[in-house]
Amino acid sequence: MVSNNLGSFELTDVSVTYGSETAVAGVTMHIPAESVTALIGPSGCGKSTLLRCLNRMNDEIGNVTIEGKLLLDGVDIYDSRAVDPVELRKRVGQVFQKPNPFPMTIFDNVAYGPRTHGVKKKSELDQIVEESLRRAALWKEVKDLLKKHAFELSGGQQQRLCIARALATEPEVLLMDEPASSLDPISTQQIEDTIATLKESVTIVIVTHNMQQAARVSDQTAFMLRDSMERPASLVEMGETRMMFTNPSDKRTEEYITGRFG
Amino acid sequence: MKHLTISQLKQGDRPDSSRAVELFIKFLITLSGWTAILVLAAIAIFLFLSGMRAMQEIGVINMLFGESWFPTSKNQQFGFLPAITGSLWATLVALSISVPLGIMSAVFISEFTGKRVKEVAKSIIEFMAAIPSVVLGLIGLSILAPWVRETFGTATGLTAMTAGMMVGFMCLPTIISIAEDALHAVPNELRQGSAALGNTRWQTTYKVVIPAASSGIFAAVMLGLGRAIGETMVVLMLAGNAGIIPTDPLVSVRTLPGTIANEMGETVRGGLHYSALFFMGFFLFAVTFMINLAADVVLERQRRRWRR
Repeated sequence: MVSNNLGSFELTDVSVTYGSETAVAGVTMHIPAESVTALIGPSGCGKSTLLRCLNRMNDEIGNVTIEGKLLLDGVDIYDSRAVDPVELRKRVGQVFQKPNPFPMTIFDNVAYGPRTHGVKKKSELDQIVEESLRRAALWKEVKDLLKKHAFELSGGQQQRLCIARALATEPEVLLMDEPASSLDPISTQQIEDTIATLKESVTIVIVTHNMQQAARVSDQTAFMLRDSMERPASLVEMGETRMMFTNPSDKRTEEYITGRFG
Repeated sequence: MKHLTISQLKQGDRPDSSRAVELFIKFLITLSGWTAILVLAAIAIFLFLSGMRAMQEIGVINMLFGESWFPTSKNQQFGFLPAITGSLWATLVALSISVPLGIMSAVFISEFTGKRVKEVAKSIIEFMAAIPSVVLGLIGLSILAPWVRETFGTATGLTAMTAGMMVGFMCLPTIISIAEDALHAVPNELRQGSAALGNTRWQTTYKVVIPAASSGIFAAVMLGLGRAIGETMVVLMLAGNAGIIPTDPLVSVRTLPGTIANEMGETVRGGLHYSALFFMGFFLFAVTFMINLAADVVLERQRRRWRR
């Protein structure tokens, strides 16, 4: 994959409201292209909610209002005339917390996205599937098992299959919602290694509960917090990961990353 | 402090009467659990024994593959083929209506409606199942039969087509509610995964949700089939009950359950005709039992699949 420097987000004063309750408010952040951005914070701080705004998966829930501006490479992704959420999700892929392979073969799982978007030729599909599985560091393990059912893989392999599946539509951005939280340490390490290689070509936004993971994989870190139940969650600070973990400017960040709460 | 031995712990300090009550309740529950199974077995055995005379005097093969059914003529004939083929035609018509309609309704209710519409639709469907079949038979006689006669130009409106259409309507609640359960059981993570890959609702439904629920949908069809084969009142009223082997659905036919219901009142208890009808009942029982069993096996397999 060639670097093309696409896939940077610009969020200005973003807030998310479910029904009448505002969950996240006033988030302004820059997510640079082809790097790893970690969203950290205690449970209920709105990191997953914010993540789901980036590919408009919140739309699927219904009764959600999103205010503020979310620009992907300068295009307002909530401008209903310019952007179709279905098209947006081709460019902004997502990997979920629990591996969710489809009940079909390994090959069909990876070919699922490209087929949706009109790729029919077998040779072309073969190439996309191999390329995607290589990028997700799964090719060596499954190259002779492509016709096997995806449920036969281990949990960690299934998660990497889901990464390959998301990569197959060649997205510019990959959103990861605690992708390793249900995996063992070795599988977690494989996922983290995969992230490290992927960021050369894809923008990655990862939500994680695991502070060490954020420190290991990300280039910049955003710390979110909901101070009290009366007020919506907000962004406390965002900066280069090394700075955030060694010399945070906000006292709450320091308390959180040193494990004093959360 | 009082020390307890293991045997004291096991027995406890409970009075004997409380343990007796517990044993009695356990016995009652076990008994009622077995009752259903025992009754089912008793029905099968009773049907089999009552059909014994016909099996011995006519022979199983002669009945199942016999081409004519003349139970009261001098030269008595007890071939099931007219009734079997009649049942098949009516069932085929029924399923060709209820399967596509039922599956599409289930998909609509499960995937494309909000909570409120879903609840209303489900209760309407349950109500459909509660309509007495004789009432549907009356509606069939007064509306469907004339319509079939005029539309297809048949001599009579009472045909396999007429009965099959009404039976198809009767199968709908079974097929819809079981297929809907199967679709509903597909984990939401799969829908989200598909949506996140840039698929529309409908693409997600036919590419992921329906295949994932396919075994449950198959079971729904099987249970609908069981319902259709065993349905008696509607086919008795609408099929015309002619004793021929039909080659198309636009003629009057007799069906297995219709034949039994029609003729049992005229037989001599313990006679050959009586016994042959009981064997027909046993055959029908065996067929529907196998169909339901197959559906259950498939459903259980699907249930286990999502229990990861």
